[in-house]
Amino acid sequence: MPQLLPSLTPKGAKKSDPHGRRKNAARKHHKKRKKHHKKRHHVKHHVPPPSVPPRPNPNPGGGSLPPAPDLDHRNAERLLWRAGFGPRPGDLDAVVATGLDATVKSLVYPSGSATLNGPQPTDDDGNALAPADAWGHDHLWWLDRMVRSDQQLVERMTLIWHDWFATSNDKVSDQQLMLNQNATFRANALGSFKDLLTAVTTDPAMLIWLDGIENTRWDPNENYGREVMELFTLGADRGAYTEQDVRELARALTGWRADWTDGVGYGNFRFDPDWHDATSKTIFGQTGNFDWQDAVRLCLANPFHASFFVTKLWGYFVPTPPDSATQAALQKLYLDSGYGIAPVVGAILRHPDFYADRALVKPPVVYNAGLLRLLRRGVDTTAWAWLGSQAGQQLFYPPNVSGWDYSMWLDTSTWKARSDIVTYAVRDAAIDPWSNSTHYSTTESPTDAVAAALAFLSGPTLTDETRKALGDFSGSCLPSPMADWEQSPYRAMRQNALRHLVLTSSDWQAN
Amino acid sequence: MRTPRNTANCCRDFTRTELFRQASAQAGRGLPPIEPGMPAPAGTGLNRRSFLARGAGLALSVYGAQRLGFRALEEGVAAAAAAPPQPVLVSLFLPGGCDGMSVLAPVGDPAYASLRPTLKLDPSAGTAFLEDARLRWSPAAAGLSTLHGEGKITVFPAIGYDHPDQSHFTSRHFWEVGALDTTARFGWMGRYLDLAGSEANPLQGLSLNGDLSPALAASRVPVAAIEKPEDYSFWIRGVDDPVLEPTLEAFGALGNLPTSDAVRAGARQVATEVDTVRRSLAPFATSDGSPSYKSPVTYPDSDLAKKLAGLAAMLDAGLPLRCVAVDADGAFDTHSNQASGLPADLQTVCDAVLAFQRDVEARGIADRVLITMWSEFGRRPQENGSGTDHGAGGTAFVVGSRAQGQMVGEFPGLAQLDPEDNLRSTSDFRALYCALLEQWLQFDPSGVIPGAGSFSPPAVVKS
Repeated sequence: MPQLLPSLTPKGAKKSDPHGRRKNAARKHHKKRKKHHKKRHHVKHHVPPPSVPPRPNPNPGGGSLPPAPDLDHRNAERLLWRAGFGPRPGDLDAVVATGLDATVKSLVYPSGSATLNGPQPTDDDGNALAPADAWGHDHLWWLDRMVRSDQQLVERMTLIWHDWFATSNDKVSDQQLMLNQNATFRANALGSFKDLLTAVTTDPAMLIWLDGIENTRWDPNENYGREVMELFTLGADRGAYTEQDVRELARALTGWRADWTDGVGYGNFRFDPDWHDATSKTIFGQTGNFDWQDAVRLCLANPFHASFFVTKLWGYFVPTPPDSATQAALQKLYLDSGYGIAPVVGAILRHPDFYADRALVKPPVVYNAGLLRLLRRGVDTTAWAWLGSQAGQQLFYPPNVSGWDYSMWLDTSTWKARSDIVTYAVRDAAIDPWSNSTHYSTTESPTDAVAAALAFLSGPTLTDETRKALGDFSGSCLPSPMADWEQSPYRAMRQNALRHLVLTSSDWQAN
Repeated sequence: MRTPRNTANCCRDFTRTELFRQASAQAGRGLPPIEPGMPAPAGTGLNRRSFLARGAGLALSVYGAQRLGFRALEEGVAAAAAAPPQPVLVSLFLPGGCDGMSVLAPVGDPAYASLRPTLKLDPSAGTAFLEDARLRWSPAAAGLSTLHGEGKITVFPAIGYDHPDQSHFTSRHFWEVGALDTTARFGWMGRYLDLAGSEANPLQGLSLNGDLSPALAASRVPVAAIEKPEDYSFWIRGVDDPVLEPTLEAFGALGNLPTSDAVRAGARQVATEVDTVRRSLAPFATSDGSPSYKSPVTYPDSDLAKKLAGLAAMLDAGLPLRCVAVDADGAFDTHSNQASGLPADLQTVCDAVLAFQRDVEARGIADRVLITMWSEFGRRPQENGSGTDHGAGGTAFVVGSRAQGQMVGEFPGLAQLDPEDNLRSTSDFRALYCALLEQWLQFDPSGVIPGAGSFSPPAVVKS
């Protein structure tokens, strides 16, 4: 979850939530079908609605969007990193030539299905991946799509939905179900949020993750009913819903069940009218014999939904909150289009705030995929799975139902993992200082060395101070004097070091 | 990734278990979901932060206390160090299921020779075990034999629990959590620290293994692992001496650059901390591998010996340790080639323990520390040709100047085995834990060990 909106991110509330670590307990429970359902303990107190307009204000008034900026080299770099997984060599020039309008349009409204350019992903021995079966291959399989897909925004949006509807295989325990959910995210990545929410509500992985299959008319389980409002559609502590609404919504969502087979897992997910509570419920002040489809409809029709949706989505792209005119315009686009995702994302990608000089830390998997794209390397090692885990983002294993904490990507452990990712990524690209066949320059100057490193990395935008510090390093890192035999290998090392320093610099980690 | 040694002789389950645990520890998340029903190791899911305890000169991985900033942890360590010294308990684990009959060989038992035709100890080898004429210390356990002769070891010749589980994973988990409970998520020492420890001193529960030890996993208070020096050494492809060191220093230089952007500033702050952690020396060795402290005794050359030597130095320096966990070198899952592999691994452990005891004696701190040596189970009395398979009753030892020195539970003999032909247990590991809590840590075991009241704690500590 992006850290933009404090009112939407109940800090600490999810930390102690046992979601995702109840695999065995869930199974036992399923087998026994206990009479008294054990309530999940949410460490949260009910807070009355604030007297000032809650953030985000559900009714920001009217407003229009400011004109889009020009797409220069810097802005093109920003666009390809935040709406995808970074540029491949040559991409920036092509995008600048295409212009902003046409580029955003092609990102937001891609035609047909995606093409994956480049060789198929493999493990270290050249074998095809087994994403449904082998540990870590699910991560690799998706990382490969991020690297190779020509529909970059579709993959990036799929990643956002994976965080928004954060489901972990820690509890689901079925990689195929996780892949199926991933396909649902991708198919609806830029379509209608209503279709997406409808599909997610009955998605088998989600039915396991938030106990939809435990939610019966005899023993209502509030897990999904609460999270669908708090994290997926409305936001906590805004006055959008009451605790009574949570209970009533949970009853509306009853009826989904599955069969457990030892050694196989859950299967045969289905709606069973006998398990559904068909009696009357009152939700958001409306009364009826609501079912799960009504639950989805009522959440989306809640007057607090559009403001939640556009501000949360904005937070994945821009580190500062939208001004009220922008928020109003985005809400209008969203509602006028019938919960359209593409119009809102398109407007964000054209907004001047998107291009402002304010950094966002790249999520670890974006960092990793971007490196591979830059180096024109495919997925050919399983190292990315454990490196991703060490860097704090193993795909299909978000830490809890509120997703990854986007304000906590970097610490001394994850930073080192990113440095290790660079070392693994340049496996074939690094210069061998001691090679007999290639002989690195014996005369390259410190300034030329920095220029060569930046050219090798397709000229990333760096801050002035970082550029100067690289120059200082380049001028001071070699011993002086050097013997003749040291001139070439030490300069080759300096070149490798400069590239590594650029790729681990704060300017490259966060931009 | 650390892989178990001598895996060729281990059962597949043991190797796999070790790898899963490593992967899980690295991920800081749950286990790979391959083994339904396998208990998740205690502490699974606890996030890890690298923390430099400057006052202590230690680079740590801290687990828990996510709310506390590093400054609060620094202060917590300092406050705990200023308090009077506490007794320290060291849990030394022999992974894989150590063959107790190869530590204390029942050479005087009539069935021994027929059950162990190739592995049996020569009746004249090793040293006599003075508490039971049927048993002999194997030569590899000479270190323990010496300490036993000095009255510094309480021996459990057949320890275990009823209805023994012969899965490495499950039985180890039981020992780690101090209960026969596959769903328990916190270690027995971690639960003790939750009740008796500090909210801000991660050194109170210290793993010397480089990652969180499940027995130390706590729910409320922070615990820590010593960062393995190699865990925080940077490898930059194509960069070696003499360019490597300036490059690593440049991490810090780039991190120190000023910027007005808050996110960029945060990223730079982390780079600066990376440089600081990297420069700090591990307590066991400087960056060139030599110890950064002086030991008053000579230790044998092994990883465990280095860790214990560092531990003695830390205790002597007054670091506020209370529970320590360390794994022995070697793999004790000796399904095959036991005769050629086990003695060396066993001797490595016993020699290191003897050296540690001599070290703390020389430093005058021997009254403050007690080691409890254990393994998840013993091995089957009937050998399988070249090794032994998973058994039940095993051996445990409480080692230290304050150890009671009298055997707990008798050796049950080989004439009557349990229904699965394994050694019967004559003591329960939970009773041992209750005794350690009560007699050594001076803490009521009833809040720590489930069902503590049903065990009669044996005397393991001199009163």
